Amino acid sequence: MADAVIVVALLLVAASATAAVAARDPVRQALVLSVLGVVLAILFTVLQAPDVALSQLAVGSALTPLLLLLAVHKVRRRGRREGPRR
Amino acid sequence: MSRRFRLWLVAVGGAGLAALFTAAALDLPAFGGDHHPYGDRAVHASLSRHTANVIASVNFDQRAFDTLGEMTILFAAVIGCGALLRQTRDEHRATPEPQEVARPVRRYALLVLPVALLTGLYVIAHGQLSPGGGFQGGVVAATSLHLLYLGADYRALERVRPVALYETGDAVATSAYVVTGLAALIGGSAFLANTLLPYGTFNTLSSGGTVPLLNAAVGMEVACAVVVLLARFLDQAVEIEEGNGT
Repeated sequence: MADAVIVVALLLVAASATAAVAARDPVRQALVLSVLGVVLAILFTVLQAPDVALSQLAVGSALTPLLLLLAVHKVRRRGRREGPRR
Repeated sequence: MSRRFRLWLVAVGGAGLAALFTAAALDLPAFGGDHHPYGDRAVHASLSRHTANVIASVNFDQRAFDTLGEMTILFAAVIGCGALLRQTRDEHRATPEPQEVARPVRRYALLVLPVALLTGLYVIAHGQLSPGGGFQGGVVAATSLHLLYLGADYRALERVRPVALYETGDAVATSAYVVTGLAALIGGSAFLANTLLPYGTFNTLSSGGTVPLLNAAVGMEVACAVVVLLARFLDQAVEIEEGNGT
């Protein structure tokens, strides 16, 4: 039973990690990254590592996407001031 | 370098890595299993010093010196960010316009903020007893403050978050960790050795000798570091603009 849960969690991680790499738009990538953080936290919990799961949840699914979104916002704002590039 | 040569190089490197990785993985013990020599010793050492959370004992007692290194990495990263993202001469600060916040978002953010902040502080305070600790709780507490930015606006966030104070807090907490380590040295044993304080009653807040102290120092350091880091990023994203007063 526990093995089945681990396999499902591993598959979810593989799927969301692939989605994070495949997403081209940085904003969407940040959101997928936050989903990946949650799924990784689930995997760590299933593998009985709640401490690591908590770190992953705090950093991977909240802090990193937030920093990414702020950086994207700054870059886009600069792009708008200098006129459209694309 | 031609495209063909590059592809060939990647193929050779990838194949080599795959072969080494497979060879290494074949020698690993099987997944799961009940033979954990390191784990057994860590649990034994942790219990002998009355620390209920073995992970906290590993982080702040058995490997306290490693944690000092990790803490310094974060400290240095925050200093680096502060230097890179500072306001330069050809930039100026524009006051951001207050924006209308959707009512459900405001209600949710202001409702969750105290709960999240309390959860963060709880996770820090109980680091030596239950899963969590200074690092995790510090990040939760620091990010929870930023719900104010979602629920109200940037000005409200700036009012509860004097960055200079958090910068000082970051430095003080890092020093507190080193000072606790030095205290052990002065007390006649090794740097960061957990021999100075009584180990206390098992599974109470004050148990584990210096573990709660170091845990609290890391919690304060991480919370302040994350607040300063996000403040620098938010400044750049919201306030600082290029050009002199244009």
